[in-house]
Amino acid sequence: MNETIGLILITIGVLFDLLGCVGLVRLPDVYNRIQASTKCVVLGTTLSLLGAMVWLGTTPVIIKGLLCILFLLITSSTAAHALARAAHRSGVPLADESVVDRYADDLQAGENNEEPAS
Amino acid sequence: MTTIEFLVPVLIFGLLICCAMCLYRIANGPTAADRMVAIDILGTVVVGFVAIITAVTGKAYLLDVALVWALVSFVGTLALAKYLVGKRLNE
Repeated sequence: MNETIGLILITIGVLFDLLGCVGLVRLPDVYNRIQASTKCVVLGTTLSLLGAMVWLGTTPVIIKGLLCILFLLITSSTAAHALARAAHRSGVPLADESVVDRYADDLQAGENNEEPAS
Repeated sequence: MTTIEFLVPVLIFGLLICCAMCLYRIANGPTAADRMVAIDILGTVVVGFVAIITAVTGKAYLLDVALVWALVSFVGTLALAKYLVGKRLNE
């Protein structure tokens, strides 16, 4: 029973990984790729780790799996934020279909009001 | 039992397709940021590999590899992101 539930969770996780990587290939822009791939792949890997924890069910696996899920959720979102900020600061253009750029507006407003912090 | 023997190679093949797509994006991403995103995603997919191998073999110490891999990949991505800020790489 535990094996069945774990296998189902791992299968759903791998499907999410595949969808995220399809988004990484198909989408037109750095920011779209960051959004799609980070969300889907992190959810898929978390589900795979959860499936391994349910499958085995021993104490070391559960402790290490929970720790790994925690670190993965914290670090990947932070890395995606840092990458998007770095890409925008280094002048990577948005896709042609984009309609709004709040970060550029915010930077512009900050430059008009006061000196930007160094 | 035969379902497991059939399904586990299929899952590993699906993750290999994920790796191939990440390598495609690394090979011809238009900017350096695309390549860095793909490297980050490749590290996360490797953690999924380690999870599947842990579940199949039943050895708990393999999850240490996943833990260390996630943290080191995070540090590498953050260092590359800090390096990229301020550089005009789109030209």
